[in-house]
Amino acid sequence: MTDFNKLMKPDRPVGIVGYGAYVPRFRIPAKEISQMWTNGVGGVPIQEKAVNGLDEDVATMSVEAARNALLRGQVDPQDIRAVWVGSESHPYAVKPTSTIVAEAIGAVPNTLAADWEFACKAGTEAMQAGIGFVGSGMARYALTIGMDTAQGRPGDALEYTAAAGGAAILLGPADEAVAIINASYSFVTDTPDFWRRAHAEYPSHGDRFTGEPAYFKHILGAAEALMSEMGTTAADYDWAVFHQPNAKFPERVGKQLGFSMEQIKPGLLSPRIGNTYSGSSMIGLTAILDVAEPGDRILMVSYGSGSGSDAFDLTVTDKLPEVRANAPTTEAYIARRKEINYATYTRYRDKLKMS
Amino acid sequence: MEVSRHWRLQEQRYKLVGETCDNCGVKLFPPRDVCLECAAPAKELYTFTGLGEVYSYTTIYDAPAGFEQQAPYSVALVKLEEGPIVTAQLTDMDEDEMYIGMPVEMVTRKLRTDGDEGMIVYGYKFRPVQFEMAVK
Repeated sequence: MTDFNKLMKPDRPVGIVGYGAYVPRFRIPAKEISQMWTNGVGGVPIQEKAVNGLDEDVATMSVEAARNALLRGQVDPQDIRAVWVGSESHPYAVKPTSTIVAEAIGAVPNTLAADWEFACKAGTEAMQAGIGFVGSGMARYALTIGMDTAQGRPGDALEYTAAAGGAAILLGPADEAVAIINASYSFVTDTPDFWRRAHAEYPSHGDRFTGEPAYFKHILGAAEALMSEMGTTAADYDWAVFHQPNAKFPERVGKQLGFSMEQIKPGLLSPRIGNTYSGSSMIGLTAILDVAEPGDRILMVSYGSGSGSDAFDLTVTDKLPEVRANAPTTEAYIARRKEINYATYTRYRDKLKMS
Repeated sequence: MEVSRHWRLQEQRYKLVGETCDNCGVKLFPPRDVCLECAAPAKELYTFTGLGEVYSYTTIYDAPAGFEQQAPYSVALVKLEEGPIVTAQLTDMDEDEMYIGMPVEMVTRKLRTDGDEGMIVYGYKFRPVQFEMAVK
């Protein structure tokens, strides 16, 4: 028997040295969508979702989030050894988004660059790999990004929530960190709740199957295992953020784990920006870092269909208040808001057939 | 589409990398290798802050090939705080927000795509300064 437990902890302590969010400025209210397909009858899962403009995609949005992370991290981009972008809406099917981002922030050529994919947890799995990369000493800094311009079939339940946005997390040595990553854990099974086949424009999903056997099982599995190994309960954390496909699921899973609404509120952004897929839990974390105080402990749990969850246990350091104001807050991006109607939305999201 | 041409211009388009003159200190954009003021060699790279103001502007309704899907859009002459004037699209704003002297900041955006199968070209655009810390 070794002392090797389920937790993932690097040899050298690792933390978040910089973080940055991005949310495009357009919003479509869920009621505008329901007006189109149900005469506005019935409830809607969120208030509104963020929509990218005609000149925005995962590459451009990642560049802005990465620049914000560098403003807070104050590191030389030439010291970054990995630029990893997790998304399910990479602009090219073949050609990395990550090289575009690495070039734009000045991290080339002495770096790895790769695109990650695991539905909505592509960004957090890049984070876990980045922790290993920095923790092993192979890299001083690793830039990990979760960003999406999510696709929702017109009239489908996902159209109300599939949104655009995300965050960049710059990992580095714990002694430079604004938040130390105490440990992380990953929990995966083959659960076909949501997928998109090659060349298909929109994803397919298993309706109610996306709930109990998918989202709840994996988030609870990851969070409970992490907390059990760390010897913690919900009361040990000041803040928690879970993947946010809508407003209801993260509230419910938080309650099941013993978290209060106060603990999850700052990171619960889906009612106002929608489900930013790979960006969802990570942008929630940035909103928490915008308000957290030194010593605060944070639990973050992502969820990606197909399926799996990555759980992280973090502690905020004294450095956070020093760098927080170096870049726009996540709330500042959310406040930047231009409402659009369904017709404009179809144009911006390239749903109009022009020929 | 000229893939190699876009690739060659990448550094200036993604990051506003120009040049500075060792002799008189003038900043050049786009890079020209020779100072426009004193004609001395100017090959030292300089990354512009991306901050500037609108010098003049117009709105394009009848867009050239490759830009049709974005019309109508606004184009401005932007006077960078280091001096040079660049032509670029404005973004993240409504047309009635524009005015001469408007403070703007550089963002990296999608400029155009070459049909459904060609490359996606990225580069600088400018938008109204969005957040207070950007003007610090």
